[in-house]
Amino acid sequence: MKPLLYKITGVWGNHEGSMLLWVAILALFGGLVAAFGNNLPLSLRAHVLAVQAWVAGAFYLFILVTSNPFLRIASPPIEGRDLNPVLQDIGLAVHPPMLYLGYVGFSISFSFAIAALMEGRIDAAWARWVRPWTLVAWIFLTLGIAMGSYWAYYELGWGGWWFWDPVENASLMPWLAGTALLHSAVVMEKRNALKVWTILLSILTFSLSLLGTFLVRSGVITSVHAFATDPTRGVFILLILCLFIGGSLALFAGRATSLKQGGLFAPISREGALVLNNLLLTVACAVVLFGTLYPLAMEMLADFKMSVGAPFYNLTFAPLFALLLLAVPFGPMLAWKRGDLLGVTQRLLAAGVAGLVVVAIVWAWVRGGSALAPLAIGLGVFVIAGAVTDIVERTGLVRLPFASALHRARGLPRSAWGTAFAHAGLGVALIGIVCETTWNSEHIATMKQNDVAHVAGYDLKLDGLFQRQGPNYREMIAEFNVSRDGKSLTVMTPSKRSFTTRGSSTTEAALLTRGASQLYVSLGDATAEGAIAVRIYHKPLVLLIWWGPVLMAFGGVLSLSDRRLRVGAPKPARAKQRLQPAE
Amino acid sequence: MRRMMAAFVALLLLALPAAHAVQPDEIMSDPAKESRARELSRELRCMVCQNQSIDDSDAPLARDLRLLVRERIAAGDSNSQVLDFLVARYGDFVLLKPRFERQNLLLWMLGPVLLLGGGLALWLQIRRRSGSGADVPPPPLTADEKTRLAALMSDDSKPS
Repeated sequence: MKPLLYKITGVWGNHEGSMLLWVAILALFGGLVAAFGNNLPLSLRAHVLAVQAWVAGAFYLFILVTSNPFLRIASPPIEGRDLNPVLQDIGLAVHPPMLYLGYVGFSISFSFAIAALMEGRIDAAWARWVRPWTLVAWIFLTLGIAMGSYWAYYELGWGGWWFWDPVENASLMPWLAGTALLHSAVVMEKRNALKVWTILLSILTFSLSLLGTFLVRSGVITSVHAFATDPTRGVFILLILCLFIGGSLALFAGRATSLKQGGLFAPISREGALVLNNLLLTVACAVVLFGTLYPLAMEMLADFKMSVGAPFYNLTFAPLFALLLLAVPFGPMLAWKRGDLLGVTQRLLAAGVAGLVVVAIVWAWVRGGSALAPLAIGLGVFVIAGAVTDIVERTGLVRLPFASALHRARGLPRSAWGTAFAHAGLGVALIGIVCETTWNSEHIATMKQNDVAHVAGYDLKLDGLFQRQGPNYREMIAEFNVSRDGKSLTVMTPSKRSFTTRGSSTTEAALLTRGASQLYVSLGDATAEGAIAVRIYHKPLVLLIWWGPVLMAFGGVLSLSDRRLRVGAPKPARAKQRLQPAE
Repeated sequence: MRRMMAAFVALLLLALPAAHAVQPDEIMSDPAKESRARELSRELRCMVCQNQSIDDSDAPLARDLRLLVRERIAAGDSNSQVLDFLVARYGDFVLLKPRFERQNLLLWMLGPVLLLGGGLALWLQIRRRSGSGADVPPPPLTADEKTRLAALMSDDSKPS
């Protein structure tokens, strides 16, 4: 029998149910705005909810017309269709809802943007209303993507964690645009500048969510021809896409000029840094968008089949992010309006030195090899140290006595802490990525009982192979005794499961976590003589790849709990008067 | 069709079933050549899979391609000769990193052009705007405003 959890999560393990989850979350967000939007001006709230309802209406129609989840099957299979074994994992319970909470959550900022355009009025208060919603969506999307990445890492059996697959890109693009939106909304809130751009980003972010839904749901990714043979669903989503993106951009084109430009700033300033952040993130997003769509366009228009894969993105996307990370520590330390780059550089000297020292140490430790890895690790350290420097400066930890620094730390806005955590998270993730890709050691062999494999200082002895019956599968388990320097550590039990209902099998890798590093064992095919193909990896600091995003999300939560967002935007004067007479 | 649909929910888990790419019997005896083979494998697409390199895929075709790559390397081909050989056989579809050629120019140049163009445009605009307004000092206070300010300041200094 399939465990209960998978019976529930299996609901969104297919197209119809997945769309049902989509609209359920859309409805949830609409409901939240209606419930918690008391402090919004009435007309704005009405407009936001109306736009939200339009989006919902379009997708309800989509479900009704093309993907009815309640259709009856003429002859139901006796044992059920069963859920694909790869999906029978706790990951399916967490990852899709998280991802959708993020994806669909951006519909709120979209609705706010459209409402603002319809009213022709937009100000700092608007940005303050939008920011928490965007932040919530961003937190979920960050966690959702990280979670999906870790799931792929342990479930697929060869230790990859990001594949630049179009399906992944579909979730990465809204994340990049959403991150840019978060930052430009800060400028708008604090300095009343970048209004037009922020509106445009809100529209683009949700458009990318819709585009992602189209790419994945229409099947155009798998094959242009599959799309051509059964285009009903794809064409319907394409229509929704054109309607909302086209409509909102037309509205934007018509109304944007009426929005007044706000505060002025010099190129070197906090605003300038946030503009740079936006530039790099949007270009990175455009690169991913192009990489995803270019092969489709070439096949459709020129009948030329080509691929765009990981090596392309590594060459084009990575430099953009390196630039971005280099600029990250400077941003929060620059003053608004007009910053002093030289002064900030001096204040970041310690962080820079820390980065360089780490470069030197790593360089000496690995003795040559690629210069890129030590430099990238140094960059990661610089970003983390920069975030720490920012907090130290703000609290006066070095200048002032400890007690008053502590007092100031408590008084520091939570959003400042949030910024520091989120930025440090970037550095942490970078270090993890570099260490995993550069110093990953791998051992592939056919092993018999009592064979020993040596990987990165660990000795793995194959004790034997066993069979076991699970709730809805049979599995073959290999038992490895892991030791280091003659000291036995633990037993690792990777397995291969075969599912009878579907006649398919999965590989369950065994993971041993030591600090942030992991030992990863997965099984291949067994040979007739009782030997088995084994792949063993040692992945140094691999967990940092996911601790980074968790830190980022934590920073987002801190920011979300900032007093200024909790207290909310200034209420209209009318409401105040009504509350006063008791005095 | 169903496969592809569910793939979204699982990200790409469905499309990429448990994989055991390089098999023990494929590995070349010369570690330098083997590492070249691995490097090349990561740039070559398994044509029957969804966006998987032959290094990651356990499809029989991927295995054939891996063996083919190793064969060419053993025969003394350089990396680019191996790639040329495979492109001649299977077309550009086999390359995960598109070549820097005329039809791919837009793809490769988009990032740098956008970055430089966008950066330049933004810099000019911000400078023009800040130059036109930010440096001008605010107009001096009128006599009326000065007296109001003085009144406010003195009011503030008194303990309340």
